[in-house]
Amino acid sequence: MTEATSASPVRDDTANGEFISFDGIGKQFGSNVVLKDLSFNVGFGERVSLIGPSGSGKTTILRMLMTLLRPDSGTIMVNGKYLYHEERNGALVPASDAHTRQVRSKITMVFQHFNLFPNMRVLRNVTEAPVHVLGQSKDEAEARAKELLDMVGLGEKLGSYPSQLSGGQQQRVAIARALAVDPDVLLLDEVTSALDPEIAAEVLDVLRDIARTTDVTMLLVTHAMKFARDVSHRVLMFNEGRIIEDRPPEEMFNDPRHERTQSFLRSVIDET
Amino acid sequence: MSGAQIGLLAFGAWQTLLLTLGGAALGLLFGFLGGLARVSDVKILRAIGFVYVEFFRGAAVLVLAFWFVYALPMLGWQLEPLFAGMLALGLNIGAYAAEVVRGAIQSVPSSQYEAALALNFTTGQRMRRVVVPQAVVAMIPPFSNNIIELLKASAVVAVVSISELTFNGQLIWSGNGRAASVFGGLLIMYGIMAVVFTILMRLLERRAALSVGRQPDPGMWKRMRRRAEVSA
Repeated sequence: MTEATSASPVRDDTANGEFISFDGIGKQFGSNVVLKDLSFNVGFGERVSLIGPSGSGKTTILRMLMTLLRPDSGTIMVNGKYLYHEERNGALVPASDAHTRQVRSKITMVFQHFNLFPNMRVLRNVTEAPVHVLGQSKDEAEARAKELLDMVGLGEKLGSYPSQLSGGQQQRVAIARALAVDPDVLLLDEVTSALDPEIAAEVLDVLRDIARTTDVTMLLVTHAMKFARDVSHRVLMFNEGRIIEDRPPEEMFNDPRHERTQSFLRSVIDET
Repeated sequence: MSGAQIGLLAFGAWQTLLLTLGGAALGLLFGFLGGLARVSDVKILRAIGFVYVEFFRGAAVLVLAFWFVYALPMLGWQLEPLFAGMLALGLNIGAYAAEVVRGAIQSVPSSQYEAALALNFTTGQRMRRVVVPQAVVAMIPPFSNNIIELLKASAVVAVVSISELTFNGQLIWSGNGRAASVFGGLLIMYGIMAVVFTILMRLLERRAALSVGRQPDPGMWKRMRRRAEVSA
């Protein structure tokens, strides 16, 4: 992630390419087929929202990219490298843990239920990975962590334990923690679903700032349609494990083509 | 009671304390090794952990102590009776502790593993920095039980001529024949030691709760004082 000029627009349509690519991905849980032969690409710096009814496979996509869930079939590439495979003597073989860990190093995730480490104070939640995974010095990591925590409005809470924070505050710490590892890819899994609307808005504002001021690639699963519309370059509509519509947000929201998208958007908008 | 008898009891209490503390230290070590082995990704470690727990949980402390003091020397190792007693106690209580460690580690929510993986911690870092520190909080109350069990089990190893509290009590009784006062006194002494251990473990529990930002239970005295203040 590098700092872009703050004047750059929220959406940058020049972002393109195949930074992340899913190819023929399938996944089923027991007899329940979640994803069927799914293929799509995401360019570097692109912001892509995954929408659709629950159970349509959106979160599964993020979890596969984070290596929390192995696909049954197909391949995933990130920055030109296979995530779950390695090429050995011209053949594609299952990757070693070390290989997967290396490819995963530029990806991180913010979770629906924050998942802060309760045994660490706020500052240490943010510095732990930079120090012990990236090998930064403690001073360097703390300076950066303080910057990030200031940015999310929690510069005053460095010494608190997560249990002493509200849900919205915890989620903002989780965002700072994710940014501290300097990711190329930020996965946001329903990050405001566990928060009430007013608090959710604060968290979304932080994420809008990040979208505006950095070029981190974002994949987000969300039910906050206005947010998806504001930050995304593309919106993917999922239904029954397939992408049924893949379009820029203004087209998707103003003029959904697929009948299933129309009914989904109607129900979501009725709800809010 | 004569001064010599009091000296005998005091020395016995000291030996009992040593057995308990030594056994607890070894038990903690075996418990962690056994418990971590049982949740390992490596099959052979899981098997070793399983065999350790099943064997030593079932092994009578008394027989273990006999074995260390009378059988082991035939293989060329002579153990001090006191250390043999600690080892027998530690191996046995460690098997119980290993199950406590395993349960506590498994009680840490999988979301914590996922968060640690999303930050690309290695498996070792995940355990050391995230999972075990949280699990320890859940281990302390059952460990308090284990240490009281250990204190009482220490009387059993008297048979390999360790002059701990019960052994010395029997010595005094065989001299004066006053069963009621001698064994009554022993009960009180064990009781006092158990209370001290309980209080220490409670303090540890409170510290552990604070280490994860949890407000510890205020405790009996504070609750009573608070109630008194409210009614006043």
